[in-house]
Amino acid sequence: MGAIPFVAMCFSVALWDRVEPMVFGLPFNLFWLIVWVVLTSCCMWVAYRLESSGNRAPNRDP
Amino acid sequence: MTPATTALTVIVAIVTIGAAIGFLAGSRQRMDLEQWTVGGRGFGTALVFLLMAGEVYTTFTFLGVSGWAYSRGGPVLYALAYLTLAYVASFFFLPQLWEIGRKYRIQTQADFFNTIYRNPYLAGFVCIVGILAFVPYIQLQLDGIGIIVSVASFGHIGRVAAMTVATVLVIAFVVANGVRAIAWVSVLKDLLMLVAAIAIGVGIPLTYFGGIGATFAALAHARPEHLVMPGSTANLGHSWYISTVLLTACGFYMWPHTFGATFTARSADILRRNAVLMPIYSLTIALMFFAGFAAVLILPHLQNGDLALLTVVRRTFPPWFLGVVGGAGALTAMVPAAILLLTAATLFAKNLYRPLVAPAMSDDGVARLARAMVVLLGAASLALAIHGASTLVSLLLAGYAMVAQCLPGVLLGLYWRQVTAIGVFSGIVVGVLTAASLMFAHLDPIGGLNAGFVALCSNFVVAVAASLATRARPSAALPELN
Repeated sequence: MGAIPFVAMCFSVALWDRVEPMVFGLPFNLFWLIVWVVLTSCCMWVAYRLESSGNRAPNRDP
Repeated sequence: MTPATTALTVIVAIVTIGAAIGFLAGSRQRMDLEQWTVGGRGFGTALVFLLMAGEVYTTFTFLGVSGWAYSRGGPVLYALAYLTLAYVASFFFLPQLWEIGRKYRIQTQADFFNTIYRNPYLAGFVCIVGILAFVPYIQLQLDGIGIIVSVASFGHIGRVAAMTVATVLVIAFVVANGVRAIAWVSVLKDLLMLVAAIAIGVGIPLTYFGGIGATFAALAHARPEHLVMPGSTANLGHSWYISTVLLTACGFYMWPHTFGATFTARSADILRRNAVLMPIYSLTIALMFFAGFAAVLILPHLQNGDLALLTVVRRTFPPWFLGVVGGAGALTAMVPAAILLLTAATLFAKNLYRPLVAPAMSDDGVARLARAMVVLLGAASLALAIHGASTLVSLLLAGYAMVAQCLPGVLLGLYWRQVTAIGVFSGIVVGVLTAASLMFAHLDPIGGLNAGFVALCSNFVVAVAASLATRARPSAALPELN
């Protein structure tokens, strides 16, 4: 789960670092990053669900 | 009232309220060392979120990011990517770190090294690296305050006077209240900063171009090369982007203060929840991009990019709003400066002075010495800020190049049983020397890569090689950790 954002926002930079096409008035590179900030949160939420169902016992959160 | 007095009155009012919150926040707690440094390990999701956000969103966010969008263009996108990815990385190792922290009552980064490697000299050395990396970072904050107040006062109040007053205030509330004060001042600071960021990021493009889309359309027409990498720089291309994002995302939690904030959490789960929430918050950075890019067209010929944001704000909004932005900006400099001072002072007293000079010192004695060090370090960084000159982003990247060198020691210590103190020590020495010599020789970036990243790679290689070579000794890692 953690690898997905790294690939999308970091290693693949050469693929999305372009001005065109503009999406919602933003250059494509900026639009791409903003979308991925939100998607990263979703990835982390999924990871959190997986983690807390995987080991309920060690997490003693009040 | 003249525009300058209006703006300044608002700034002073905001800073006063912030300082008052700082003084009130901790007044009902008895301030022993544990309470002062890690808030008694009792912070919930909200307070940890605020403390960490308080540490992350600094003058760098406000002035540095918009300044680079203005002067460098495309490469500034690294800021949005690295912050988001730093939280991704944190999700996987902070909870583990927190468990060890609770078990061995760890308060600082050096405590961690001392616990894992059982070597006070290695811990002391890590302290020194951390404190050195703080120097450009604290300088960045004070520089920011100087810029804010001198622009907001239309040049009537000098940088030096502004920086001095701010430093005195910061020292006063850190000495009195420790980490709890900082978390509560963050509440005010983050609220104001969000309001200011939205108003600036949306308002400026709207005023001059009729909207964010129209601004980028105009910029894409006038200077399309500014919007992609390497933008208006010669050598900050894609390989620089990847290496810088990796260095800073991984180095992010190696700062002694972000590392220390981990231990304020009430449970490891709180840290995971934070990692889910924090990325969204980094969208504020995108707003600063909008403002910085708009400034390219509005004020094409500024000498110093770091001034771009405030100069545009001064031109666009009424003086009282300039005051709000200035006040928010001053707090975003003072809160992190306070955290940095607190951490550096604790490191010095607890992990450098006590173990190596005065082993018999009590915890209360350490707390007193740390408070004295806050005053001393504050004064020293003020002196440096008055004399130094560099862009805000370069200062931050210099700090990152240094502090990220602690990463191999932490990761190997957590996950690799074979690692030895000598291995980690040699790795850090090689990494720090490589980073420093490349930067002083102006070889950053080198071969298209961030110099700090090159240093970090050599550090890892040396740490692993030297650990394998010295493996004959019994494993340094704690047996019950895996």
